[in-house]
Amino acid sequence: MSILDITLITGVLAATLRLATPLIYGTIGETFSERAGVLNLGIEGMMLMGASTGFLVGYSSGNLWLGVIAAAMMGIVLGLIMAFLTVSIGAQQHVAGLGLTIACSGFSFYIYRVTIEKVGGVQPHVEPFATIPIPYLNQIPIIGEVLFDQHALAYLGLILVPVSAFILFRTRFGLALRAVGENPNAAATAGIDVFKMRYLCLCIAGALSAIGGAWLSLAQSGMFLPGLTQGRGWVCIALVVFANWSPLRVLAGALLFGGIDAVQLSLQSVGWQIPYQLFLMLPYVLTIAALIAVSRRARAPAALLSSYKRED
Amino acid sequence: MEVVVEKRLLPSRSLSIAAPVLSTLAALLISAVPIYLGGVNPLYGYTQLLRGAVGTKLALTETFVIFAPLLLCGIAVALAFTCKFWNIGAEGQLYCGGLIGSLFAVYATSIPSVIAIPVMMILGFVGGAAWAAWPAILKVKLKVDEVVTTLLGNWVMTYAVAAILFGPWKNPVTGWPESPVISDTTNYPILIPGSRFHLGIIIAMLVAVVFYIIIRKTKWGFELLGIGGNPTATNAAGINVSRQIILAAVVSGGIAGLAGIGQVAGIEFHMTTDISPGFGYTGVVIAMVGALSPIGVVLASFLMAVIVQGTQAMHRATGVPWALAETIQGIILLCLLVGLFFTKYKVRLRMR
Repeated sequence: MSILDITLITGVLAATLRLATPLIYGTIGETFSERAGVLNLGIEGMMLMGASTGFLVGYSSGNLWLGVIAAAMMGIVLGLIMAFLTVSIGAQQHVAGLGLTIACSGFSFYIYRVTIEKVGGVQPHVEPFATIPIPYLNQIPIIGEVLFDQHALAYLGLILVPVSAFILFRTRFGLALRAVGENPNAAATAGIDVFKMRYLCLCIAGALSAIGGAWLSLAQSGMFLPGLTQGRGWVCIALVVFANWSPLRVLAGALLFGGIDAVQLSLQSVGWQIPYQLFLMLPYVLTIAALIAVSRRARAPAALLSSYKRED
Repeated sequence: MEVVVEKRLLPSRSLSIAAPVLSTLAALLISAVPIYLGGVNPLYGYTQLLRGAVGTKLALTETFVIFAPLLLCGIAVALAFTCKFWNIGAEGQLYCGGLIGSLFAVYATSIPSVIAIPVMMILGFVGGAAWAAWPAILKVKLKVDEVVTTLLGNWVMTYAVAAILFGPWKNPVTGWPESPVISDTTNYPILIPGSRFHLGIIIAMLVAVVFYIIIRKTKWGFELLGIGGNPTATNAAGINVSRQIILAAVVSGGIAGLAGIGQVAGIEFHMTTDISPGFGYTGVVIAMVGALSPIGVVLASFLMAVIVQGTQAMHRATGVPWALAETIQGIILLCLLVGLFFTKYKVRLRMR
């Protein structure tokens, strides 16, 4: 292998983890809400609002971390709205989520435009998050650049995965959460507050997906554009299914989907002739294939899409 | 004090009719806040919105131009939702219909309009129907959840259309992702000279009439309502639920496909990657606001068309960003969900 090939491969691998980061946040969040029995189609809107809020606060305060925190708070507010609709008043989950996404995709750009004016025709931008090289480890050939020279949010995302897996599968809280998603009536009999649990999970989902969105504006592009997420929220919906509602598989799936994106980008840059849209389509096609493959042993949380104590 | 929620024995009929109206008013009231934040007096803004949507003859024809695809998508979603097939893939079905229809329309130069236009419409219908068929078959045969498959199908189709338009069909002169111009013989005739009021608008209204007849007058419509109400009982009554669901999904997708080919033949005159700014998703809002009823869907489509068209006028007059239209639509849907709750439940405060 020539030096050039190694540089190219290293670049693609590093980009893979970068591009997987927002997917990890969004999908882990979605896993929490679906495990508790709520399909959160509001995720695309939550990511967009996170991207917009994060940018606006980061831009005006000059502190990107303040932007990330503001995005997470916005995500929690949206999670509360989603929870009010789907849990308290038992609205159909997919309709409520879609409504939230439609409202947010309009509002995220609206609030951006009325807050910030273009300065002299230039798109307002911030200096995006710099990568944080980890001393010594980043000197390892290939792996160093791929794993140990990333954004802080990417490291946190990697930590988030085992932590979430531990919470979901090794704690009483996680057991209660999954019970709520499998059989809310039985969970309630066992003394679990189903409403409270679903509210909490939607807030977690909101906060994490909004952080994923903020990553796009604050770490990747340094600016906000309408539709900045390019449907990544829907990729997360697909990824939860693809990963079988398990955080560890979410990581694998996010790296796979991020990798497809990275390969696609680098092929585009070298002027490859096959339409790159076919690569962008791949995550969705793979998920549909996975859905068909696992259909005989349906493993989605049993109470997903059904409301508790309310009828539609 | 505690809040007590009680289910009504029967949904309140008066509230069922009032809910969409009150929700829309509530949403307009809530949306006044962002308009105010945008530095515009909301009353003035809404006046501009109305004037821009229905104030002049030309504005009204433009509102109808948007009304047509919205109505078709609204009917498509409402038909599927009637039998609880949660089709949120109208957007992808619209694009598939537009693509298949224009594959024919581009090369139909030597075919007279009387033949070319119906054939193109049938192909548009078939394209949309095909893109709804596979999620329906997966649901019925393998119990794969259609919410996810129809949603993901939208993106598969979006990228498939883009791959074709950026690839083999790319305009060789301009480099734009657009198909060659469709044959003149396949253009929908303009019905009001000097405007863009085209045949597709009448077609959409005819489809609404057909939808009314299906739901209110036919055995099939009755069966779909039955499946929506209680699939087990309907199955027990000897109706083949699986077949009816597939049929409803296919017709639903076909109607969305008609919206797609209508955009190509009535407005754009070639296939592009943006023949729809999300009509398929707005169709879900319309179906819900219209309470899945034929008349309700027509009224809700017109309301959404007024909002979309009027917001553009408000944008020109006041500088309020056009993204407001989408915001209002979303808020209407969210308010409606709250309204629907009150039609089914009584809420009162009780002293402990």
